[in-house]
Order: sequence, then C-alpha cells, then structure tokens
Amino acid sequence: MASEKVKTFTDNNFDEESKKGVVLVDFWAEWCGPCRRLAPTVDALADEYDGRATIAKLNIDDNPTVPSRLMIRGIPTMLLFKDGQVADTIVGLTAKEDIARMIDKHLLG
Amino acid sequence: MTDRNVVIIGSGPAGLTAALYSARANLSPLLIEGLEAGGQLMLTTMVENWPGFREGIMGPELMTEMRAQAERFGAEILQGNVSKVDLGQQPFTITLGDGRTFTSKSLIIATGASARWLDIDSDRKLSGHGVSTCATCDGYFFRGKPIAVVGGGDSAMEEAIYLTKFASKVTVVHRRDSLRASKIMQDKALANPKIEFLWDSEVAEVQDVSRGEVTGIVVRNLKSGALSDLPLDGVFIAIGHTPNTSLFRGQLELDPTGYIVTRSGTFTNVPGVFAAGDVQDHVYRQAITAAGSGCMAAIDAERYLEGLSEPEHESSAATLANP
Repeated sequence: MASEKVKTFTDNNFDEESKKGVVLVDFWAEWCGPCRRLAPTVDALADEYDGRATIAKLNIDDNPTVPSRLMIRGIPTMLLFKDGQVADTIVGLTAKEDIARMIDKHLLG
Repeated sequence: MTDRNVVIIGSGPAGLTAALYSARANLSPLLIEGLEAGGQLMLTTMVENWPGFREGIMGPELMTEMRAQAERFGAEILQGNVSKVDLGQQPFTITLGDGRTFTSKSLIIATGASARWLDIDSDRKLSGHGVSTCATCDGYFFRGKPIAVVGGGDSAMEEAIYLTKFASKVTVVHRRDSLRASKIMQDKALANPKIEFLWDSEVAEVQDVSRGEVTGIVVRNLKSGALSDLPLDGVFIAIGHTPNTSLFRGQLELDPTGYIVTRSGTFTNVPGVFAAGDVQDHVYRQAITAAGSGCMAAIDAERYLEGLSEPEHESSAATLANP
C-alpha cells in the first residue's frame, strides 16, 4: 500500500515542486524489479519525514524529459534537492537507514 | 522475548527453500529478506534451466512463487536488513538496521552474493550514469546506443544478448581468448550479429568522470599492453560476484575469497549456524543448487534442534553424527 504522503512528480510539475526545501525524488519504472523493492522504503520515508522534507516519485516511462536532463542512466536513482539544486545522489537499492541519514544531513546542514 | 527455532537471513532460492522445508517441519521459521529481496533471480529475465518449466519461467515470477509457497506453510517473512549478528553465544542474536532484534537457537545464512565491480575507481563513480550491473534495470536507457558488457561467463552472455534488444551494438570485453559461459549461451552470443567481442582485453578506465556520464572506455589489450579508446554510452559489468559475508567476518570461518566454509553439508564452524546457496558456493552458483543446499540447511538445522532437546546424557554431537 502506497503512502498518500509520497508526491507524484511529472515532467510538468517537477521544477515547481522541487525548488523549495529538502526534496527526495525516486526515479523509477514499473518494469524495474529493484525499484519495486524500494517502493515500501520510500513510502515509509514519506510518513517519517511528513512536514519536514518532500518525498516524491517520478515515473521515467511517463516522464522522460526530466530524467534525461538530469543524466539519469540507471534506476532506481534517488536525487536529493536542496532549494532546487541537486545536493546528493543515491544509486541502487539502499537501506532505509542510509537514505534517512542522507536526508537528515541536509535537513540539519 | 522467546527464542526462535530458526532464523533465515536471505530470500533467494536458498533462503526461501530453507524456509519452506523448516516451515513444513513445524519450526515456525522467521526469514529476513534483506535489501536485495528475492536475490539475483530478481534481476534476470527468462530462466530456462529450472527443472519443471519446459518453456522457462521469468526469474521474478519464480521468486514470487517460491516466497508464496514458503508462506503457505507458515514461514514468517520479514522486510528488513540485518545489520549485526552475534554468534558468540547461544541463543544467537540478530539485529536489524532499524534496531529490532531477534534471538534464535539456530541460524541459516543465505545472504548470497552481489555483483562485483571492476578494480578501477571510475566505474563506481559513474554508477547510475552509464555504468550498471543490472541489464534488466538499465538497458532501457541505451536505446539505439553502443554499449559494452564486461565479462565472459553465463551472466555476461545473458546480459549481452538481452541488451541487443536496446543497444545499437554490444561489445563484449573479456580477459581471455575464449568464453567461460556454457556452450548454449556461447553459441547464442557468438551468432548474434549485434554482438562483437574484444578478446584478451580489460577495461582500464571508464570515461568521463569529470562530465558525470559515460562517453567511452579505455581498453587494455592484456597480450600487448596496448591501450585503445572505445567510444560508447554504457558499460554493463558482469564479472562475477562477491559473497555477502561482511556481517560474519571474525565470527565464522571464511575462505580467503570471503565465502563461508561449510563441511558435511551446510555446517559452518559454529554449531547451530548453517550456510546455503551462493554465500558458501563459488563453484556451482545455480538457482537449483542454491535451492538444494537451502533444503539441506533446513534438514541440518532441524536435526540440530532435535539434538538440543534430547536429554543431557545424549550429547548433541552424537545425535548429529547419526542422523
């Protein structure tokens, strides 16, 4: 069950939605096994960081422009934006604790 | 908290088969899935050598079935990642990344192996930006583009063949002058018009780290030492696997390459700890052999537990020696 707190980013709303505060975007696709495995982690993070950081997903099949602009060549990839700038990247399946540590670093810093 | 009979770490064919057998032996096993749940088969496409499926079965589908079968008989499957184990005293303690802990009388380790990277810096730096260890995940990004596959085994050939669906050309870079892959995979790859081979060669460098994307590789010919540039957009690494044993270092006997050493079946050097699948097997490394050793581990653990509950005067060692 997906968390309602995970925002859905698209090619259209990406720039507007990612420009403020700490924003974690999970780039994924339906056919990507590791992406599906990461989904519950992203859901849990959205619940945990509700009100403090934005946790979002962007489907690369439906929205090819943003991933190509950001030179994403593999999924799952998570980019962390701070006030609209890419501040950190995680590629591949990663434990929730490690992703949380990265978000915390930028929330404090 | 009551001690578990058996905790299984890992959810590939070895772990899930161990869960199935120990569930059917009424041991109420707890299986901790780990980060790469489902194991290496989750990253494959058609599995054509799993007996019983004459037309083949998709790797992820096979794992979904195995998981459901284990659950049907009462195995408890937990999402989570083990961060620490204490095998120094009975019962063993298993700690998860989120702080949950479990204690268990026996432990089956089926943590498998993960894809190995090259021994160069530039491949890691460009991971996710053109360097990949997962063709089924990332092939999509290379539609109509030239790419390379590094390696000469079955996985490398499978990836190369799969990637011809997307790439304009696939160059296989292999250290030797012949393939290690099975005959049937070799024939398929060698006959594929989109696949070319660079023999006796290794990747010296992946370019271009400064641009943050793959623009090509520098190939070293191992016979002449000559370096050459090969412009391309993606590099898929399939040079084998490293066993996932960092949790057990210093607590279990490992061989020099990091695999868990098992004796007479799935016994490790710590009584009550068993190992199955790729984490202890650098020879066969097949889904079916992993499943087979998972079954063995479940039976070994069951007998070990029976030994523990025998009256004191019958030592568990004697019970184990006469299964």
